[in-house]
Amino acid sequence: MEHNRLTRLFREKSGNLLNIYFTAGYPKLEDTVTILEELEAAGADLVEIGMPFSDPLADGPTIQASNQVALENGMSIKMLLQQLEQVREKVTLPIILMGYLNPVMQYGFERFCEDAARVGVDGLILPDLPFAEYEEEYKPILEKHGLSLIFLITPQTSEARIRQIDALTNSFIYMVSSASTTGSQVQASDSQQAYFSKVQKLGLKNPLLIGFGISDRPSFEMACLSAHGAIIGSAFIKALQQPQEVRQNVRSFLQTLR
Amino acid sequence: MEYGVNERGYYGQFGGAFIPEMLYPNVEELREKYLSIIQEPEFQAELQELLRDYVGRPTPLYHAKRLSERYNTKIYLKREDLNHTGAHKINNTVGQILLAKRLGKKRIIAETGAGQHGVATATVCALAGLECIVYMGKIDTERQRPNVEKMRLLGATVVPVTSGSQTLKDATNEAIRDWINHPEDTHYIIGSVVGPHPYPDMVARFQSVISEEIRKQLLEKEGRELPDYVVACVGGGSNAAGAFYHFLDEPEVKLIAVEAAGLGVDSGHSAATSVLGKTGIIHGSKTLLMQTEDGQITEPYSISAGLDYPGVGPQHAHLAQTGRARFIAITDADAMEALRELSRLEGIIPAIESSHALAALKEINAGPEDVVVLNLSGRGDKDLNTILTYFEQQDGAQ
Repeated sequence: MEHNRLTRLFREKSGNLLNIYFTAGYPKLEDTVTILEELEAAGADLVEIGMPFSDPLADGPTIQASNQVALENGMSIKMLLQQLEQVREKVTLPIILMGYLNPVMQYGFERFCEDAARVGVDGLILPDLPFAEYEEEYKPILEKHGLSLIFLITPQTSEARIRQIDALTNSFIYMVSSASTTGSQVQASDSQQAYFSKVQKLGLKNPLLIGFGISDRPSFEMACLSAHGAIIGSAFIKALQQPQEVRQNVRSFLQTLR
Repeated sequence: MEYGVNERGYYGQFGGAFIPEMLYPNVEELREKYLSIIQEPEFQAELQELLRDYVGRPTPLYHAKRLSERYNTKIYLKREDLNHTGAHKINNTVGQILLAKRLGKKRIIAETGAGQHGVATATVCALAGLECIVYMGKIDTERQRPNVEKMRLLGATVVPVTSGSQTLKDATNEAIRDWINHPEDTHYIIGSVVGPHPYPDMVARFQSVISEEIRKQLLEKEGRELPDYVVACVGGGSNAAGAFYHFLDEPEVKLIAVEAAGLGVDSGHSAATSVLGKTGIIHGSKTLLMQTEDGQITEPYSISAGLDYPGVGPQHAHLAQTGRARFIAITDADAMEALRELSRLEGIIPAIESSHALAALKEINAGPEDVVVLNLSGRGDKDLNTILTYFEQQDGAQ
């Protein structure tokens, strides 16, 4: 695990971590690596690349639509891994691939891990892979290839389950800010604050990043008060829809955050 | 061989609960409680009373003499078409609404394709006085206008779904997203034996009344509980799951599952999942699934709106893989011919879904001594427009 860029990042930086999500092959098929380069230049700490799926259950309308466009553009896991083939010559940011299990299964789980690790991917988020299955079947494969699997927790996740998840993972825990799909407007509330502080007090070994409903500087800064950083997805996808050139869109959006 | 669900929620290699963490507490609550609730004597008493006085059960097991003569065998039709709301779907929604009340839920969501499950859900929500939201692909809301109006009349909110391909699979996605957003007060009534464990098992149990009655009725009529064949159509597979349930461990009973071949299994316009599908994950379940090489879920086709689901319940995937059930694919044309045949031979207009099962009668080669039970899952009233348009075009072409 020593070579894992994620582990290193969390050792070196303990707060205000900015994780940006974007969908591979969106808005244009060839934008994936351009966006990665630009995110690194503009100060993102890590990135989460979405592998588009026809039926993204946990995602709201913005990310769903970006998935559909990316698929129409011809994006696939095979294509994405080809695009990332030389990425480590240009980009040093930790890279996480996020996607639903079915396309990964069809690619072949082990082959996927092998190819992803080879091009320099550090971790995976597979929201519909239950951790019982992970423990039984998939953990040894991920470990063999030095990939971290990142789990989600929500306000409804029990403390016992959070502890189980903390014990099983070795990078960070993705703390879903409220009961919602991605991209919902989250109102800061007392119950949410209570959830954040409850989790903070558990003394988990893994850092926490808050995601879902984080869209701008105030919500990012608010999240960073309760966690090591935050994840912005839908708001970034919307920024990519602006009329400027893609590099300019990335820069403009990150300037509003940093 | 074990055909029921195991304690991990699997049927052989199929099943499980492949769901995001946001759904875990809801599904886990259901998994922990569904069996004990269903087995409570008060629950059973309430369920049996509703099935009898509200749904109209037991449904008749009708000896179809003219149809039998036509196929030179002895055919019984299990008349699920005579249920309240016109199909077997209500067996499940009545059970789930009683369960939802015991779980303390205030809000009910459902997906629907053709609208039959939506109507059955709106019906029981009216009965129970619970809020009802039905997700329906926008394309389906246009194709199935009368069912949309029925649901609204029953007090339900129908939400047209514009994501993805705007049909059943997307309506299901949207219902799941709603559940993610309302984890505490909402129960999701899935309409078929699909979705994460425990749904396939729970829905099969509520539909199992079909085969329970068949055994009793056959004993009265034939002096034996076991038929030689049980024939049922399969989209997601809930009516077949119910018709097969009490025969799964009776190897002498041949189980025939009939899928929709659409324009033909190899035409590119088909819903024959057991032939065209590969193992994959849809709506939280590992099962046979129609998909591209890259694992994107594809849109199936059938003239029947109730059979065009890209997956099949995990138990059916297991029955197909083990060979316990024989899967037969029937084209639009053969199903429509069978629909007209039953209408004219027996004076019963079947749903287009059930007509696929009827069309399989010519494929199974049952002998004159054999007893065939065919699950007539629904009535054809809802399909009248499709039926008329189809035969007009056909007659026009000839």
